[in-house]
Formats: sequence, C-alpha cells, structure tokens
Amino acid sequence: MFPPQFGYRRAGSVAEAVDLLAEFSDRDARVLAGGHGLLPDLKAGREAPDVLVDVGGVDDLRYVEAEGGATAVGALTTYADVDENERLWSRATAFAEAVSHVGDVQIRNRGTVGGNLAQADPSADPPAAALVSEATLVARGPDGRRDIDAADFFEGDGGTTLRDGELLTEVRIPAVDDGSEGSGATAGGAYHKETHPASGYALVGVAAAVVVEDGDVTDARVAVNGVTDPPRRLAPVEAALDGAPADAESVEAAADRATEDIDPGAAVSDAYASGAYRVEVLPVHVRRSLETALDRATGAAATPTRPPHRPAADDGGDRR
Amino acid sequence: MYEHDITLTVNGATEELTVESRTLLVHALRDGLGYTGPNVGCESGKCGACTVHLDGDAVKSCTLLAVQADGGAVTTVEGMATADGADGPDDAADALHPIQRAFHEEHGLQCGYCTPGMVMTAAQVLEENPDPSREAIRASLKGNICRCTGYHNVVNAVESAADSLRNLDSSTEGE
Repeated sequence: MFPPQFGYRRAGSVAEAVDLLAEFSDRDARVLAGGHGLLPDLKAGREAPDVLVDVGGVDDLRYVEAEGGATAVGALTTYADVDENERLWSRATAFAEAVSHVGDVQIRNRGTVGGNLAQADPSADPPAAALVSEATLVARGPDGRRDIDAADFFEGDGGTTLRDGELLTEVRIPAVDDGSEGSGATAGGAYHKETHPASGYALVGVAAAVVVEDGDVTDARVAVNGVTDPPRRLAPVEAALDGAPADAESVEAAADRATEDIDPGAAVSDAYASGAYRVEVLPVHVRRSLETALDRATGAAATPTRPPHRPAADDGGDRR
Repeated sequence: MYEHDITLTVNGATEELTVESRTLLVHALRDGLGYTGPNVGCESGKCGACTVHLDGDAVKSCTLLAVQADGGAVTTVEGMATADGADGPDDAADALHPIQRAFHEEHGLQCGYCTPGMVMTAAQVLEENPDPSREAIRASLKGNICRCTGYHNVVNAVESAADSLRNLDSSTEGE
C-alpha cells in the first residue's frame, strides 16, 4: 500500500502554513500534522489530495498553557503530551482520559490533538470530550483568527466547519467551577469506551463532565462518539440529571434516556457492530461514564493524574 | 515539490537520500538505506512491526513519510546491540542489548518477524518506566501485534529486561 503521488511542502510557521494553503487554493490541498489519521487514508486510497502542507514542524503550536482559568492546548500537542500533563488530567479529566484512549504508544507519540479534531472521525475519542468540555476551537486563516464552539464544529462524515484555507491552531478548554472559589462545588469527568476490535476507534465512546454541590448535580454534560455521526451531546440525559441527587438512582434514570432522540437507522454501522447494537448498548456506557465522573466529583474515586499505560512508580499491578 | 533530498541520522550514521513525497519512512530505511530491521507487516499502522525510534520516540515507520523525518535521528533494531547496555562483545549473545537478550532467553518470539518492533517499543517503555507491572507492559505493547505466539513470553521478556536494565543501572552508578 503505497500512497498515491502528491506534492509536499513544509511550513515553518502558522503564517507560512496559511500562505501555502492560499497558494494551493485552486488545488486539493490538505494539512498534514502528525499524519496518523491522514496517512492511513492515503495508503488505503480513501484520500488522494494533490498537495500536503506539513505543519508538523511548527513547534510553537505544541503547548499546554493555563490562561485565566482556561487551559489552552496547542493543536500540535501530541496525545503523549496530553497523557503526561497533570493539569489536563485534573482540570479537563474527560478530555485527558479520552485522548489517553487513542491508539497505542507509537500512535500517541506522533498523533496530535488538533489533527484528530480537524479530521473529525465520528468514531475518534476526543470529539465527545471536546463537546462536554464546551471547548473553543481556534482557527487561523487568511482573515485572521476565528473561534468556533465545539458544538458548531463537527458536521458529520468527517466534515467540519473549518473553511478552506483555515488551520486549526488551538483547543481552549474553559475551567469548570470545581470549588476553588469556595462555592463548595466539585467537578468530575470521565471517558468510557467500548473499543472497536480491529481499528481501535470507539464502537461507543461516552464523555461525561459533572459538577456536584451539596449532594446534587448542578451541571451535567454527556456526549457520545462512535454511535452518531457527527458526535453529539445527549440532551435528555443531561436534563434528567440537572438538579438531581448525585446518586446511582439518578444516574440509572438518566442513562435510560440515552437513546431518546437517537435514530437507530442513522447510527454508525460496520461489519463489527451494527448501528442497532451500538444504540442498544449506549445506555450502559452512559451509566458507566457518569458513575465514574460522579465518583470523581464526590471524592468516592480519585481523579487519575496519568493514564494506566503510563503508571507512576507504584501502580499496584500484577507483579510476578 | 514531489522529490526531496533529505538527511537522516540512522543509528548514529549520517545518511543522505532522495525520496518521493509519498515514500514512507519504512521504505526509505529498508529499500533506500538497507536497514531491514523495521519490517512491513499490516501496512495500516496496527501491527507495529515497523517500529523505530525517531528523535527518541517509538514510532510506526509505515505511518510516517520519509520527508517528515528529514533532519531527524532514527534508531532501528540494528542500532540496539551497540547501544548502552551491551556489556561487551565477548560473543554474539553478549553483544545484544539486554532487551534483545531477554527476548532470546525468555523465548519471547516464534517467527521473529514482529520482534524488532517489540524490542523498540519495549525500549521506550522501559526508559520511561523502569519497573513496570505486567499489566503496564501489556498495555504498552498494544501497538505491537504478534500472530505466531502469545504474549506471555513477550511480557516475561520485557519484565526480565527491566530487571537486567535496573541492575545494570545500579552497577554503573558512581562510575
């Protein structure tokens, strides 16, 4: 499987990348970041662009920074960078956990957060987490900067609202009220996934972010990828939890509403799992994701500081 | 724009070559430069037989363009035997890297096609986590698929290699 022939240009900066995309505006130009979504598509013949504009070397798009309570993640931040970032695990747990589920060690070393979101595979792990984080996706183009709400970004079938000539440069994750203002509220997040046995993508992936105050859920956000195209929030689940006691009964009742406005006939389907199957098991995964998020919010379970595949010195594993 | 002169440092040696835009790193290494340690297995980024290190990170060389690696430092399994950890080339077995020796001693292979990739992944994993649990070893080998054996002996090998490398570290401390 050799990729078809294409031209290749390397950009040294965001400005140069935008200029190159403008230069090739009359051709089918694609942005190459880590390449771990795009190269398999090229090799399999699913994509055949004329030109690749490689932004992989634009190192100043690789960062995780705190900015006024929000966390800014540069588009070229790799999955491995996110894995190692304790701020993201504590402040954007659902996002960090979703990213930690992408691929394997080698893929996480090269694949990038921005590349993943811009490719917008409906079964990729980060999109649902971007939705529950109410992230802002920052694009740069010929007309300058444009901020896009994650809710307005994904269009289905891998499409996004990025315009021709625009480059995704940053993901901004707003802070949640986790009690640091003295309100007594605590926040928790989680991502739970049933993995596609061949591709490693999500058959069903559910991200949850909750805030609990005085034993009640004051904010609940739940989104799914792998089932609907594009990934989406589950409004009935969120509505069921709003103001409800933070207990198993509420979670059960909310999870029962997971498929309320989903059309099984339109669900993502392939040889491994039909759309009907994915919709059938969705409530189970919603329940598990919410249970973990609530446990983390209430302190019943600790929020991890790193993923299980990058354990700290004492990881409690099954030593021989 | 379709052909590129690139420079790679492979196992410490500077290599200059001309590649097409679409040339994958694994083909540049194998066909262009003769490093046949990285193997072409699944071709879809799943099996990890093509794993090499690029600037210190384990990567799948079938999922990278050679031109993306321009200017980078590549380590293939051919570069492991002489890497830190070999304790003297008294005989062929001694010249192997402790991870390679552990795969040999624990029989962490059958046909061996996937082994170079396993060794390269294990090398990075053990550098970051010198004392991994068996569970962590298994999780870290997710991106390396063996169709011939099972993973028990591979996990044994990585665990044994971790022990060897830790002992090596403690015995060389203060030198």
